Amino acid sequence: MVARLAGSFPIRDSPPMASSTRVKVTEDGENARVSLAGAWTVAAAAELDSEIRGLRLAKAKRATLDLSGIEALDTAGAWLIREAAKVLSRGGASVAFAGVDRRAAALLETVGSAEEQTHAPETPPPSFVELLVRLGFGTAFVVREARFYLGFLGLTLEAAARIALRPTRFRFTSFVHHLEAVGLNALPIVGLISFLIGIVMAYQGATQLKLFGAEIFVVDLVAISVLREIGILLTAIVVAGRSGSAFTAQIGTMKLREEVDAMRTLGLDPIEVLVLPRVTALLVALPLLCFFSDIMGLLGGQLMAWLSLDISPQTFIERVHDRIPIRHFWVGMAKAPVFAAMIGLVGCYQGLRVKGDSGSVGRLTTRSVVQSIFLVIVADAVFSIFFDLINI
Amino acid sequence: MNDTVIRVRGVRTKLGGKEIHKDLDLDVRKGEILGIVGGSGTGKSVLMRTILGLIRPREGTIEVLGKKVDPADRETMLSLERRWGVLFQDGALFSSLTVRENVQVPMREHLSLPQALADNLATLKIRLAGLKAEDGRKFPSELSGGMRKRAALARALALDPDIIFLDEPTAGLDPVGAAQFDELLQSLSRSLGFTVFLITHDLDTLYAVTDRIAVLADKKVLVTAPIAELERHPHPWIHEYFHGPRGRAAKASAMIPATS
Repeated sequence: MVARLAGSFPIRDSPPMASSTRVKVTEDGENARVSLAGAWTVAAAAELDSEIRGLRLAKAKRATLDLSGIEALDTAGAWLIREAAKVLSRGGASVAFAGVDRRAAALLETVGSAEEQTHAPETPPPSFVELLVRLGFGTAFVVREARFYLGFLGLTLEAAARIALRPTRFRFTSFVHHLEAVGLNALPIVGLISFLIGIVMAYQGATQLKLFGAEIFVVDLVAISVLREIGILLTAIVVAGRSGSAFTAQIGTMKLREEVDAMRTLGLDPIEVLVLPRVTALLVALPLLCFFSDIMGLLGGQLMAWLSLDISPQTFIERVHDRIPIRHFWVGMAKAPVFAAMIGLVGCYQGLRVKGDSGSVGRLTTRSVVQSIFLVIVADAVFSIFFDLINI
Repeated sequence: MNDTVIRVRGVRTKLGGKEIHKDLDLDVRKGEILGIVGGSGTGKSVLMRTILGLIRPREGTIEVLGKKVDPADRETMLSLERRWGVLFQDGALFSSLTVRENVQVPMREHLSLPQALADNLATLKIRLAGLKAEDGRKFPSELSGGMRKRAALARALALDPDIIFLDEPTAGLDPVGAAQFDELLQSLSRSLGFTVFLITHDLDTLYAVTDRIAVLADKKVLVTAPIAELERHPHPWIHEYFHGPRGRAAKASAMIPATS
């Protein structure tokens, strides 16, 4: 180590002579002089750090750190000098400074004052404990979130009941505005996606059913799955991504700019003004979108059945009429208001939770979309079991 | 001539079709704390951003530490970025990183330090900025406004810059916190020897820490002088600024420690 400090091995990536000239130890019996030279700045910190870590004195008991050769010094350098002194005193030597000019003294003192109160290095808890802690936090989060949702649902229902008693207080303009945004403006994307999925289903069904010579059952396949599941599920997911996120972002931004607080101080109820129009707009729009999606899905299936299986549109429509009970349609439609309420409540609730920095708008918008899609799919599974139990 | 660290000559900037600066000259001397004042919309922040190369002036030249600021010249800008530290109005800490990681960003970008050393140096800067070492583990959203300013100062100090730019560092702080920040700034600039470019509306700060003050008005730097001289300046805005009720109060409070 001492040999390396003396510079026999130039450290890689640095000029050959540089390392040898920065730290030089000359020992004379009990006394040692550690001469520091060159630029002691953050740019050279990595090399200097490894040099001072290896400082050893052969048998000297008193060490003098001579700073007179230092050409440039900054806080990183001053810190390293103090570290060097610590390394030496840990090795059993008493340390004194020499050649300290005014600026160096000021830097050493400033750094020292910051350092003395530095606490013991933080030891991260063992990974198993960390895991338990995370698990605990996660569980508590889910429980708390569920409770908050319940509370928020209660607040919204209470506001809805109040409005029902005094309908003139309903924000009709806002409702219409949101109806356009979440309903009318979503028609193209919902229609396109449903149409394409209808095509895909008919195509996949056709290849399989052809094997059994049961091509005509493509109609049943497409109609039942689109009406019962696909139509509403696709619509709900698209709306959650489009409108649920928009609700969170809009309300979140207002929350951030303290508009929501301003509303409260002016005697307006944010639930009444912000949440109710949005949720009711969704409650109206989602069933309509779902119906549109059903039709587009059937059209897609019909087109593909015609192209790939020669089932004419007329045959398709007749078979849907004769063989597919209307209850399948109602099963799909029945889910729409429930999904609408979920998406709307999650979107608005997450928006109202925004606080602090603008980063939380983005975070909560993501969370709003993830949670509402998750809830929609869970609810869909519950609906499936329920309809199965009552034999619909 | 080595004494001038920032030299702005004949700068004209236009933003959104509106002329902000015209024939603007400014010199900042080595080691001084220069306050920049001016009414709202006079382009104090724009001037800072122009010097930093974030906005390109239509005309004129800017030299920092003897090098011409030109956003297109990556080489020069890179070497300059290592030598200045900036504290933006709201701290501009990266919200996805802890305070310590924030302080380490410039170190990682410009140097390759071993992790342990980088941690130690970052903790040192955090302590220098008047925060506790434990605060390094927190995220910016967990800090109060004053602590966020200090964390941003720690990041600005990360590479021991020659010049520190501060945009309203005491805005939004309570008077106690603001006074502490002033004190911190002054003691750091004295012991670490950096130059400070300080935009502020805070008259107390102006009286407490600045060596000279540059007044922005009529699209240019109207005058650069120590505060005592500015108090006698005939320009109506400057007169109103220092002799209005707030100016008088700040002066009075600045005089108390001097006389007692």
